[in-house]
Amino acid sequence: MSESSSGTAASAPAAAGGANKTAADARFLRIENLVKEFDSVVAVDKVSIDIRKGEIFALLGSSGCGKSTLLRMLAGFETPTSGRILLDGRDIAQIPPYERPINMMFQSYALFPHLSVWDNVAFGLRRAGLPKDQVADQVEKMLGLVQLKQFAKRKPHQLSGGQQQRVALARSLAKRPQLLLLDEPLGALDKKLRERTQLELVGIIESVGVTCVMVTHDQEEAMTMASRIAIMSEGRILQIGAPAEIYETPNCRFVADFIGNVNLFKGKVVEDAADHVIVDTPECRHYVGHGITGTEGMEVSVAIRPEKIRITRERPGGAHDGFNCVEAEVADLAYLGSYTIYHLKLATGLLVKASIASVERLPDWQPTWGDKVFASWDEYAMVVLTQ
Amino acid sequence: MNKLLARLMPNNPGRAVVIGVPYLWLVLFFLLPFLIVLKISVSEMNVGQPPFKPLTEMVDNFLNIRVYLGNFISLFDVANDDLYARTYLSSLKYAAWTTIFCLVIGFPFAYFMARARPTIRPALLMLVMMPFWTSFLLRVYAWKAILTTNGVFNQILIGLGIIGEPLHMLHTPFSLMIGMVYVYLPFMILPLYANLVKLDGRLLEAAADLGATPWQRFWLVTVPLSKSGIIAGSMLVFIPCVGEFVIPELLGGPETLMIGRVLWDELFSNNDWPRAAAVAVVTILLIIVPLAIFNKYQAESQGERT
Amino acid sequence: MSTRPNWFGRGWLAAGYFFLYIPIVLLIVFSFNESRQDVVWRGFTLNWYRALIDDKEIIEGAILSLKIAFLTGILSVILGTFAAFVLVRYKRFLGRTAFSGMVNAPLVMPEVIVGLSLLLLLVSLQNTAAFSWLNRGMFTILIGHALLGMAYATVVVQSRLQEMDRSIEEAAMDLGCRPGQVFFLVTLPNITQALMSAFLLTFTISLDDVVISQLLSGPGSSTMPIVIFSRARLGLDPRVNAVATITIVVVTIAVIASSLYLARSERRRQKEISAAFSAEAAS
Repeated sequence: MSESSSGTAASAPAAAGGANKTAADARFLRIENLVKEFDSVVAVDKVSIDIRKGEIFALLGSSGCGKSTLLRMLAGFETPTSGRILLDGRDIAQIPPYERPINMMFQSYALFPHLSVWDNVAFGLRRAGLPKDQVADQVEKMLGLVQLKQFAKRKPHQLSGGQQQRVALARSLAKRPQLLLLDEPLGALDKKLRERTQLELVGIIESVGVTCVMVTHDQEEAMTMASRIAIMSEGRILQIGAPAEIYETPNCRFVADFIGNVNLFKGKVVEDAADHVIVDTPECRHYVGHGITGTEGMEVSVAIRPEKIRITRERPGGAHDGFNCVEAEVADLAYLGSYTIYHLKLATGLLVKASIASVERLPDWQPTWGDKVFASWDEYAMVVLTQ
Repeated sequence: MNKLLARLMPNNPGRAVVIGVPYLWLVLFFLLPFLIVLKISVSEMNVGQPPFKPLTEMVDNFLNIRVYLGNFISLFDVANDDLYARTYLSSLKYAAWTTIFCLVIGFPFAYFMARARPTIRPALLMLVMMPFWTSFLLRVYAWKAILTTNGVFNQILIGLGIIGEPLHMLHTPFSLMIGMVYVYLPFMILPLYANLVKLDGRLLEAAADLGATPWQRFWLVTVPLSKSGIIAGSMLVFIPCVGEFVIPELLGGPETLMIGRVLWDELFSNNDWPRAAAVAVVTILLIIVPLAIFNKYQAESQGERT
Repeated sequence: MSTRPNWFGRGWLAAGYFFLYIPIVLLIVFSFNESRQDVVWRGFTLNWYRALIDDKEIIEGAILSLKIAFLTGILSVILGTFAAFVLVRYKRFLGRTAFSGMVNAPLVMPEVIVGLSLLLLLVSLQNTAAFSWLNRGMFTILIGHALLGMAYATVVVQSRLQEMDRSIEEAAMDLGCRPGQVFFLVTLPNITQALMSAFLLTFTISLDDVVISQLLSGPGSSTMPIVIFSRARLGLDPRVNAVATITIVVVTIAVIASSLYLARSERRRQKEISAAFSAEAAS
């Protein structure tokens, strides 16, 4: 949840000047208990986030989770039902979009079809009443930044998807906004182009140094581009953290399942020690090599990523013999080049997914359909989910 | 953003002007005239100016409102004068026949257009729309020259030896029907074409694959799927036909009663404005019924789609 | 599957087009016929075109009609744009249902009734002291035509506004435009084509209208259709054929030229789009 971020801000010592500035930077954009209701349907439900100055922050969730509504409230297209949005200490929730120092890059790019590339980029600068030469300077600079100088005279429809995306970026950066919003920034591009553009986009944003909030439904995009990610579902924030943090230690079943693949074993805590836990599930006993905030007898789920499961022909021996190991039958497998994914059927009927990297393929034996195998994992591979 | 605008600027003067201007215009030139028609339809006729008596009168400091229903009663007083009843029925009859003829001619026409090579379809469509841009009045006038007693049609029939004496065709139900079908045929073809051209050819292939003969494919696949086009086209033809004035005036005869003409005569020949107003009110009611059915159907079919 | 029209289909289409075009062709042919009264071909002449020059009634009617049509076009487009904007953008306001009903009603109401109601309004107004100066004429015809034209213009502009990407308006706001500026700097430039077609449509409707014009016209304000209609009622007049031919030729050329122009610019646009994307694919 949001404790991790707000916790650091609250614990920052208020006395020291330098620390004061860091504290202010850590909550450059502060969203407080933001709520948005549409005709009594709650689209955004008491969301609080602190976003650091200069970071790229991603709101990740499936469609309808409220991430776009949240972004539109930041841009000013929706007025919050309640809550505050503080940008650099100033509450902007009631300020209309045309007076906010915030610019947005739209999912459809929303380039003005009747204006040339140059005029598109100049549009915001002209509305701000900048003198002509300053407008020209800034437009040239922006077109240089996105490497589109030679296309300045073209109309949007004469550009490819990737070029349009860069024009949209240049236009949203032209006014030097304090906050840049990206709505599914690469959603309209095809897959190959997307991968190339992701890092390019990060490079440009970081070179400008603007704080950036992006919305995406694509976890790969979020993990590649963002320094921190908030996972949203049904209008609420489930977890905020760096990409690795969210992947390795999801705090609930939804997050574990949403980011990547996961195998879940449902069971009960039978031993709760400071440095380890033992969980009993119908499939096997799990020895978890770290403590949890829970009690004995508590209902939990043990989550294991497919790539952390080993497949062997013989029952493996080891430190925790008898734990973390199940007998299974290979129900299905799919060879995907860099790795192979196995669907293992356990005696209880549960299907467990295991992915084996191709570098680990044994020359003498590859499990195949119908093979009886053992699936095992080590004590640090698991996360115990209490909710 | 609608809601944004609404909430952001509840006192936004721009919004008030944007809504206000067309609203005021419509109230002034649509609603108000219509209310006046209603008012006059329940007034008594007056010889002189204005040609109707006021509804309200101050009698002994009391406001007297006299609602006179005589105009409406006389419209349906069949025993006394069945002109109006006959006119309404005959208007509906001609409108219905026009719709049927347009459908019978227009459906195959639209069907074959939609099946033509995609490269020539725009040209075919253009050819159907062209008459729209040509004056409607002149196109109706043209039929006079064709159907008149020594006109082109009679000349051809005599030339072919089909008839000996020229037929009397102008100012008959025949000439009226020709004119109406001629003018309204494009209104039937266009929605049907728009519908049929979107028909997925693979559905017909699937039907053929499942053993349907061409005739069965047409009746079991094409026709049901073009239902909305058929209904839209029929409405576009039927509704304006009921109130048509120019075509019956130029091509119709004394026995082809149409409500538009009767209304016109009440207004200009008989100078009976209250009755003309009553005729108008009843006509509107007549048109509202099919329109309401059509709207209901549209709302339902839209509900099905979503 | 062979679904191309067979001989029967081609025949049906040919017969249909013959039916649609034969009156127009004959209208033109008889404008060159020497005979005055009947419709038997008596030889080629240009007399009727010459006669038009001296036909003050028709010339004045044509000028009046063009004036009214032009003003109708402008008024209808302005009102229609307002109404379309209201219908597309303002989903909630007091009396919205009544508003959309009133906008669309002239499309289905018989013209005789629309004209009659305006005539009765006019007469009622004339009976009040403030409007006793109001006479039937160009102004009243214009009101009637604009009422009808507004309904058509609204339909045209409405469909354009509906298909327009709303995010470009949000982008304009995001970049600092106030709502009014958004309309003039972004919305308007992107619906100009719809406004043009709405203008042409309402212009033609006005130019062609008899019923409303007749009901709302006064002495000395006979539009061309009124003149033609009164002559057509009496019988055949080759001068009407001559007028018809001229208008048909002008309109046909204009319509074909404009649709060729539109088709060509659309083709060029498509070519530019595919060029831009193939350049990207190659890079």
